[in-house]
Amino acid sequence: MKKLGNPKSFSKTIFSLAFSAIFAVGVSAQEPVATAAPAEAAAAPAAGSGDPVKGKELFNTNCAACHKLDAKMTGPALRGVGDKYDKEWLYKWVKNSSDLIKSGDAKAVKVYEEFAKANMTAFPQLSNGDIDNIVAYAMEPAPEPEVAKTAVAEGSEKTGSGISNNLILGVLAFILGALIFVLFSVNKLMRNLAKKEGVDVPEDKSPANAVVSFAKAYVKNQFIMVVTAILFLLTSAYFMYGYFMQIGVDKGYEPIQPIHYSHKIHAGENGIDCKYCHSSARVSKNAGIPSLNVCMNCHKNISDFQGSKDSTYVDYTKEFYTAEIQKLYDAVGWDKATQKYTGKTKPVKWVRIHNLPDFVYFNHSQHVTVGGIECQKCHGKVESFEVMKQDQPLTMGWCVNCHRETNVKVEDNGYYAKIHDQLAKKLGVTKLTAAQMGGLECGKCHY
Amino acid sequence: MASNKKYWKSVEELNENSSIVEALQSNEFVEQIPVDEFLGDKENLSNSSTSRRDFLKYVGFSTAAASLAACEGPVIKSIPYVVQPEEIIPGVADYYATTIADGYDFANILIKTREGRPIKVENNSTEGSVTGANARVHASVLSLYDNLRLKSPKINKKEASWNEVNAKVKASLVDAKVKGGQVVVLTNTTASPSTDKLISDLATKYTNVKHVVYDAISDSNALDAFQAVYGFRALANYNFENADTIVSVGADFLGDWQGGGYDAGYAKGRVPKNGKMSKHIQIEANMSLAGANADKRIPLTVANQKLVLVKLYNAVTGAGVSVGSIGKLDSEVEKAAQQLKAAGSKGVVVTGLDDFDAQYLVLGINLALKSEAFNPSDAKLTRKGDAKAVAQLVADMNAGKVHTLIMSGVNPVYTLANSKEFVAGLGKVKLSVSFSTKEDETAVKTTIAAASSHYLESWNDVSITRSNYSIAQPTIRPLFNTKQFQEALLTWNDNATPYYDFLKGFSAANLGGKTWNQAVHDGFVVTAIGSLVAQGGNFGGSASKLAAAKSNGLDLVLYSKTGMGDGQQANNPWLQEFPDPITRVSWDNYVTVSKADAEKLSLENFNVANGGLNGSYATIKVGNATLEKVPVIIQPGQAVGTIGLAFGYGRKEALKEEMQTGVNAYTLYANGNANQSATVTLADGEHEFACVQLQRTLMGRGDIVKDTTLSIFNKANEAGDKEIYNPTPVVSLDHKEVAATSVDLWTSFDRTSGHHFNLSIDLNSCTGCGACVIACHAENNVPVVGKAEVRRSRDMHWLRIDRYYSSEETFSGDIEKKEGSTGLSGTISTLQEMEDPSANPQVVFQPVMCQHCNHAPCETVCPVAATSHSRQGQNHMAYNRCVGTRYCANNCPYKVRRFNWFLYNKNDEFDYHMNDDLGRMVLNPDVNVRSRGVMEKCSMCIQMTQATILKAKKEGKEVGKDDFQTACSAACSSGSMKFGDVNNTASDVAQLLEDDRMYHLLESIGTKPNVMYHVKVRNDK
Repeated sequence: MKKLGNPKSFSKTIFSLAFSAIFAVGVSAQEPVATAAPAEAAAAPAAGSGDPVKGKELFNTNCAACHKLDAKMTGPALRGVGDKYDKEWLYKWVKNSSDLIKSGDAKAVKVYEEFAKANMTAFPQLSNGDIDNIVAYAMEPAPEPEVAKTAVAEGSEKTGSGISNNLILGVLAFILGALIFVLFSVNKLMRNLAKKEGVDVPEDKSPANAVVSFAKAYVKNQFIMVVTAILFLLTSAYFMYGYFMQIGVDKGYEPIQPIHYSHKIHAGENGIDCKYCHSSARVSKNAGIPSLNVCMNCHKNISDFQGSKDSTYVDYTKEFYTAEIQKLYDAVGWDKATQKYTGKTKPVKWVRIHNLPDFVYFNHSQHVTVGGIECQKCHGKVESFEVMKQDQPLTMGWCVNCHRETNVKVEDNGYYAKIHDQLAKKLGVTKLTAAQMGGLECGKCHY
Repeated sequence: MASNKKYWKSVEELNENSSIVEALQSNEFVEQIPVDEFLGDKENLSNSSTSRRDFLKYVGFSTAAASLAACEGPVIKSIPYVVQPEEIIPGVADYYATTIADGYDFANILIKTREGRPIKVENNSTEGSVTGANARVHASVLSLYDNLRLKSPKINKKEASWNEVNAKVKASLVDAKVKGGQVVVLTNTTASPSTDKLISDLATKYTNVKHVVYDAISDSNALDAFQAVYGFRALANYNFENADTIVSVGADFLGDWQGGGYDAGYAKGRVPKNGKMSKHIQIEANMSLAGANADKRIPLTVANQKLVLVKLYNAVTGAGVSVGSIGKLDSEVEKAAQQLKAAGSKGVVVTGLDDFDAQYLVLGINLALKSEAFNPSDAKLTRKGDAKAVAQLVADMNAGKVHTLIMSGVNPVYTLANSKEFVAGLGKVKLSVSFSTKEDETAVKTTIAAASSHYLESWNDVSITRSNYSIAQPTIRPLFNTKQFQEALLTWNDNATPYYDFLKGFSAANLGGKTWNQAVHDGFVVTAIGSLVAQGGNFGGSASKLAAAKSNGLDLVLYSKTGMGDGQQANNPWLQEFPDPITRVSWDNYVTVSKADAEKLSLENFNVANGGLNGSYATIKVGNATLEKVPVIIQPGQAVGTIGLAFGYGRKEALKEEMQTGVNAYTLYANGNANQSATVTLADGEHEFACVQLQRTLMGRGDIVKDTTLSIFNKANEAGDKEIYNPTPVVSLDHKEVAATSVDLWTSFDRTSGHHFNLSIDLNSCTGCGACVIACHAENNVPVVGKAEVRRSRDMHWLRIDRYYSSEETFSGDIEKKEGSTGLSGTISTLQEMEDPSANPQVVFQPVMCQHCNHAPCETVCPVAATSHSRQGQNHMAYNRCVGTRYCANNCPYKVRRFNWFLYNKNDEFDYHMNDDLGRMVLNPDVNVRSRGVMEKCSMCIQMTQATILKAKKEGKEVGKDDFQTACSAACSSGSMKFGDVNNTASDVAQLLEDDRMYHLLESIGTKPNVMYHVKVRNDK
């Protein structure tokens, strides 16, 4: 394949570009169809001359912040861009778009106006070859919407296995029932036969009578009765205690939220720091549920789920996640098509998971900033939770245990310098636990 | 000896035969609780339809049902912002500087907001601010959340839009201009230069516009007098810190006299330093806060006070205005006059007499003294009202001369004595508009009731004194469809600028070099002022007029109560429940009479079986005005021949039923003069007071309030022996007297490491103003319980200010008398004689809250360990652990524990503020709202100390020496309350702990409290 930018093939390139441009004008009205058409797609790499693989890399590092292939973002969708504009124009545009706009180029001005007069960052560092690569990547055909199919397949598979399990169980139950029925009929038949034959069948040997006699003997034996009663009472006390102790303890509480937010994707796969969203945990008593504008810092650009369908962290379909992102847009009032805020907002009513009673004062900043405790210590491995849940019991005993075991982080904190020295000397220890610092006093948490 | 003094708490105790006093000393209840009435009545019991078995069934069922119902937790929703404002972090408080200017109270303050809602008022401690927020200012944040606020403008009582209102007003203004009718703008004292500018713009645009300023409680005479001397309508300012001798003639300058705010300066001069403190002589009719704090108090009628002024004038200037005698107190007055003259420029005279000549003469005396405490140049601009102009307005209205009447911040239908004439006049006005936050007495009578924004929702500028230019900024968006008066003025002036922009532009000239942002941040700027020069005057002429003063019947002195002021916050439950510092009566106003007059008029006060105070009713007549059914309080110290009555009560409109208390004193406020001649007669019936008075009697124990005189104090200091005036209590150990502090039942914790909090209260500088009580209310979500419950001694105040009357006049004579008594009966009768107040008792205020004893008696008796001690010195109370046995309250020697007899929040039986969503917005989210059946008490603001510690930890540095604060210490503008860490030797409290005047309450019982008091010293020189 000829390298673009080779001066020898310049005229040829111009020609081919002109051709493709004319062609592009012809198809632009039915662009989606055209991009999906394999013939057209096949033609593009042939006509263009760049490496789509390198192009992808360049696209992701330089362009992806503002462009997507198939959707408008800050800038236009780039799929098929090579057909819309000639390469020379593209070089100029990419390297310095504002010059082009100033020169009064009609196309340039049109794009400029369409995207709210936002100047595109100039990329003088990109060579023409780089731009060719990017264009080559942009000219690749859109992938077929396979996910939908797989989703349907997955779905049907799941439901299929469910039915089959039930079926097996049902069949088994039926067989069992049939067996019992057969046994009874045989028994009856035999008895009838025996009666007819005049054979005497001893009634008292029937299992029912045996049970009755055993029960009578059992009741008569006082020792066994007392032991049983004690055992029974102990067992029920054990269960009662267990039952009462879990009242108000909501460990494992995993409510359905208005938006399916996956910590697994955000904190786990994407490795976003907890405190990026829950920033007030550093300074306030509340960790805070992030306001929606924080979500939009990223989701302005991420309008659909982009994870690979093969990844292990994906629990739902791509469409499902994309629909959840749409819920965010609806709430924050973001119009994906025009890339503008509509101003119509409706706050999200999350279901609060970690509920401490009103009579407990808990301050996140004390633990996060001063104590340097990992979020995971109390909230569990949130980065692996697809659905957020309460990981720890949050009971007073649980708090107190931790206060007893955890050493206060006194290093490099001027506040503790004097107190630590005095207390350490008094208690004869080198490390102080929170409890030794007074962390078990009632009024420290109850006021 | 300080402990030889006998303190008494009530008139009842003077009654030798009162069985109640004796009974209350030994028993909690005067009568047996009638348990047997029900349980002993066999017939009643057997007829009861509920048998024991049934009862048990119900109990079983309800327990089971309750436990089942408790198994499922509620689903709690959490709704974050869509776009979070940058400055709001949930859980972190923001503070905004602003200025209150409601026409009566003016102060630079800080507003604490949480998640965008204002929850507390703090003093703005930036140097140069005009602060000293009183109880009403602290409570004003609750008035913002008043559910009975006017929520949208109304035209003829129907809700209307602002466009309709503005169109109607504009049309009327144009009509007035065309027809030549008069337009009157009637406002309270706004002290706002920008508002004045807008009103003058209105006058330019529509012509024939008159601006009348009306103060509900008028200082018109003082303003006239100042104007006569200085040619400028304002009030003289005083700095009592610079005075060695203060003579006040009827001026309650520690209360609301001329806007108040003098206590900080006064208190500075009251703490003995190098053997010196200021001498305060108070000559007055009613027992006021200033009178209660005075070294020497001379109770006199209003007429005699005028004579005193002449005598002072004669003494100071050497003039010879002939003046009559005031009787046996003449020598006292003469002595005071000589002291004043001797003090020279270190002396100052103030007066509260509502009389032009009196006010005029006082300016003359201060000028003659060249008083350093007298500061006319930095005059106060917080009163501008003109009683004559208001009287003229009422006449004009009735004559049909007024076409349009626009009112803002005033409620003349309630506050005018000739309110009926005003209402009649309103009928003749073509259009009347009232800007008000409430649909008050006036707003219901006007055509348009314009819903005005609360000051916490408004921009404003205020000039409190000549050198002060303050900015008020909103701390919350308007809660309702309200607009501030200035916005409307701009609209009527056809000025499209929003008020914020107008204000920003207007203020530029006044900011004295500061930027707008800096001014808004600080809340005020101090500007340079030229001095005002006295233009001379005929003071002798005024003196001659005053010398002719004579009493005619009883002198009625109308005053404002610390809690209620002029009555605009009457729907504020904190203020209603606030006990008056002097009478300790809440939820009422009343006429105060002297014991001698009461006997003459057969008026009486007595306590009934449950300890509640009852009193007679009286009918008061002033001229043609009659006030029926006025409850009577017999007030020790009330001058014979005078009575007192407080403004601010007796309102009916826009008030919850429970808040409609007291009688309207404004009906007797003829011509806006606070001094009237009245006749009083006994009326039928008995009034039930909610008085915190005979409860918790601490009779006859001198170690509760220690006080001494300056001479003894100085002598003791010279001898280096504090035991002379502040003896350490002794107990018997092995038949030897040893210091009580050396005997201990308990082993003490080592408290030398970490923080150890102490609160110090100096009885010398505590004026009893009660700002701390309201600040505590706001900070700690203390519930309001209502009049009936207060009467049952179930008030919930974590902090109370005990007021004790002493009976002594000549201290040494009393000691002689007591020591001269012999035998049991002799001693008893002597003590009883000594209880006679001789018409003029000394008063002492003692704030009492949980003493946070290191060896707390409450902790040892709690069966569930709900109350326990911390290493930091605070006595903790874990509400969730408390089962309500009340053992702790019974075992507390200071009686500071409060029991939640009912559920006070979300309960319509207690219709104050915690039962509606709006009122609950004032709650402090860092403090638990207690439920029924648990004990509560002062926590030494542990949420604040913990927050201070956390801040230091986050910043990684030690806590600053005086960084720790409690709500009460932060609210105390006189500096009486100081809080801090005694383990930090540099801190104020650590030094106060070592002070010779320091003592602990009931030290002899060995509780080792973490609250300390300082002996009160009176200047007897």
